[in-house]
Amino acid sequence: MDEGLKAIAVGLAMGLGAIGPGIGIGMIAGHAMEAIGRNPEATSKIQTNMILGMAFAEAVAIYALVVALIIKFV
Amino acid sequence: MSALHISISAETIAHVGPLAVSNSIFTSLVVSVLLVILALTVHAKLKAKGKPSRFQAMMEMIIESLYNLTLDITGSRQKTALFFPLIATFFLFILFNNWFGLLPGVGAIGFREIKEGVSEFVPYMRAGTADLNTTIALALVSVVVTQYFGLSALGLSYLKKYFNFSNPMNAFVGILEFILELAKVMSFGFRLFGNVFAGEVLLAVMTFLVPVIIPMPFYGLELFVGVIQALVFAMLSLVFFNLATVGHGGEEH
Repeated sequence: MDEGLKAIAVGLAMGLGAIGPGIGIGMIAGHAMEAIGRNPEATSKIQTNMILGMAFAEAVAIYALVVALIIKFV
Repeated sequence: MSALHISISAETIAHVGPLAVSNSIFTSLVVSVLLVILALTVHAKLKAKGKPSRFQAMMEMIIESLYNLTLDITGSRQKTALFFPLIATFFLFILFNNWFGLLPGVGAIGFREIKEGVSEFVPYMRAGTADLNTTIALALVSVVVTQYFGLSALGLSYLKKYFNFSNPMNAFVGILEFILELAKVMSFGFRLFGNVFAGEVLLAVMTFLVPVIIPMPFYGLELFVGVIQALVFAMLSLVFFNLATVGHGGEEH
């Protein structure tokens, strides 16, 4: 019973927590592609900043992951 | 949970006096020693004249690209000389730790230990960055050094960021800035730990489900994630160092 509830909680925490960062990273990549298409010379600069921005968006998903892991293992 | 072995915290493998040595500390030490040996070899083989060896050219390429990246963000040679050693160390240490965890045998070779009547598997090695203690320590170094660089560049006026009683709004912003520094430690530490540990779990689960072929692309993914996370940690540290050394006056609109 307890294990089952835990499994549901882990799935929900990770699944719901991944929605926001997923949308965010998609938007960052999309806009970066647009920018590269407009100005191909700036590719390297845009790429670095894109990866940094993605890291910030991804951090939110990582928090969800850590919460999920804590529910699962602790 | 039969054969699938996943442990969120590092396990103790030995004791040195009262100090417990965990498998992630052991791996970090191995990686550190390897890095030191690499640095000494490169130094011994450096040639100032004539055609450099391939090995030297490769090492120069790595260091040069890191240097140029630092220079791009700081925009001044003086600051680059100040930040570069720490940033490059962060990058190389985290990168090698991430990749060391992917080597065959790491996390697979170990011994069995009887804990509370249950026989448990304890590996001798575990990627250093897959332990929250390591990543939080790195994050603390980064944040504390940020304060040091801020203080040394701006003097006591750096502290105005936290203690500014010119009006109630600024006093409140100071408190927020303080919380932000604490949040930075958390986000630095958890981001790196989460990514690396999640990678290990992913590989363990994939290998558990299908032992051949299927886990291979995930190893490629993890190699990539290792580079990206090392880069992200180094770059974010660099951006924060740079922000701390630039005066805060420009932000008042």
